Amino acid sequence: MKAVMSNKSAIALYVLPALLLILIIIYIPLVLTGYYGMMDWKGFAPMKFIGLDNYNKLIHDSMFWKSTYHSVLLGICSTLSLLIYLAVSMVLASRIKGANLFRKIYLIPMLLSSVAIAQLWSKIYDPSNGMINHLLTSMGVQNPPLWLSDPNIVLFAIFVPIVWQYAGFYIIIYYAALKNVPEEVIEAATIDGATPWQVASRIKLPLIAPVFKVTIILALVGSLKYFDLIFVMTGGGPNHASEVMASYMYGEAFSKYNFGYGSAIGFALLLICLLMTWLIRKLTTSGEDVQY
Amino acid sequence: MNEFAAHKRSDTVADTRVKASLGSRLGFGVLYLILGILAVIQIYPLFWLFLFSLKTNQEVFGMSPFALPQQPQWANYPKVWSQGHINLYFFNSVWYTVVAVLLTIILASFVTFAITRMNWKLSKFVLGLFIVGLMIPLHSTLIPLFNFFKHVHLINNPLSVILSYTAFNLPVTIMILLGFYQAIPREIEEAGVMDGCSVHRIFFRIVLPLTTPVLATTAIINMIYNWNEFVFVNTFISSDRWKTLTVGVNNFVGQYLTDWGAIGATLMISILPILIAFLLLSNRIVEGLAAGSVKG
Repeated sequence: MKAVMSNKSAIALYVLPALLLILIIIYIPLVLTGYYGMMDWKGFAPMKFIGLDNYNKLIHDSMFWKSTYHSVLLGICSTLSLLIYLAVSMVLASRIKGANLFRKIYLIPMLLSSVAIAQLWSKIYDPSNGMINHLLTSMGVQNPPLWLSDPNIVLFAIFVPIVWQYAGFYIIIYYAALKNVPEEVIEAATIDGATPWQVASRIKLPLIAPVFKVTIILALVGSLKYFDLIFVMTGGGPNHASEVMASYMYGEAFSKYNFGYGSAIGFALLLICLLMTWLIRKLTTSGEDVQY
Repeated sequence: MNEFAAHKRSDTVADTRVKASLGSRLGFGVLYLILGILAVIQIYPLFWLFLFSLKTNQEVFGMSPFALPQQPQWANYPKVWSQGHINLYFFNSVWYTVVAVLLTIILASFVTFAITRMNWKLSKFVLGLFIVGLMIPLHSTLIPLFNFFKHVHLINNPLSVILSYTAFNLPVTIMILLGFYQAIPREIEEAGVMDGCSVHRIFFRIVLPLTTPVLATTAIINMIYNWNEFVFVNTFISSDRWKTLTVGVNNFVGQYLTDWGAIGATLMISILPILIAFLLLSNRIVEGLAAGSVKG
């Protein structure tokens, strides 16, 4: 048995193709991004080594920090919206009839491409023929906002379809976790006189805390990676008011052909994503020790 | 637990539930109302998209956006299907998706089998490499990948897109497969070894067939991701010949800003395959998405 299942050549045969693929497509490019960040490299001219100049420029680039701020802001809003999703799943998981149907309906936007969602919501936000402003004017609002071209509200306007898109995804995650809480524990607590509120806050929430941690990471890191929807809806505009890290990187590299500087931004994006993941894991593990 | 205790317990629970239901019937009504409103919010934009895909421009620009189309313009669909390469993009999307899904599933099955069922020192480390892939922003790999594909002449070649899809979908696929593989009893392999099977025979003839249900789930999740992918195609493909529906639709819609009927029909075409898959396989999709994320 042991000899057969530790056959070295078989292991190599099974693991190497996939391993090579992720090394070539994911890991080597990550290292190269950091390296290209040290190059003066524009379009088709050959690259030139300039050391840490790009990274130095990055630290003093207000546009970069603005886009980072927007990314983090979207991340914080997404994380806060997890509480709404959690509340909805708590209701769905409390033996309510039709819960299955509801969570399936909520999930539908998640199946669509961000491009389709972006195009659809651009039409919903359309100043004259869109749903929202039509509703607002029919309710007597004189000058309804120009959602996607007003720099003060564009980020908020982009956040709404994000919540819309991901609601069902997080709700099914929480729903699955809540359904895994053993029924006996809840019944025992109910017999001991716990109110539904106490059952939720003292039993269900602590038991699904690990899942909550995972979703915080997904929401925060997912927001840092956010690109498609913003690229299609506003292209980062107006006047960079909805620029995020990924769109700034993409614009620098593939529109302005600043591949060296774009790489530096890409590397910073990677570091921030890994830092966030590490930070949340760290914070939430130390928090868990205090609980129950 | 003895019978009496079990009986008494279910009585108490039933009692509290009756009291609760009498006291909070109104509360339940409010909850249903809220759930219903949320459902409408999630669905209505899509219904609205469907409505304007059937309208003429006069209806879109002259009437309330909530009005039903007076005479449904079904002709919008065949009109856009052959316009602006939408049919070509559609079939590109289909075959990229199918090839990448098959490749991902085969490679992920190999890796998961070797990691969970075979004995070797580096298995934990290699698993870690795959799982960390989940946290990595694909944008950080984009410039080197573009450069690499340019050097090996794979820009404007479907292979660049398919390989990227496969690599970036391996982590989540392996994660879904992992729990399933770990639950397979060891005795099955032992019996195989007793009968003189080689590793390959054990994998292909015994273990792989056992995983068919979870393979179906991962296939659907992969299909959704690949069908909707945008950045890789937008970066690596510039020729209309090789674009996928997501990118093609985006360019097409960008060019025809004013014909809302055509835009609506194009968008509907791009989301219909996923909606149909969802209607047929919603349970698997729901379970798969939950499984793919919770295990992290």
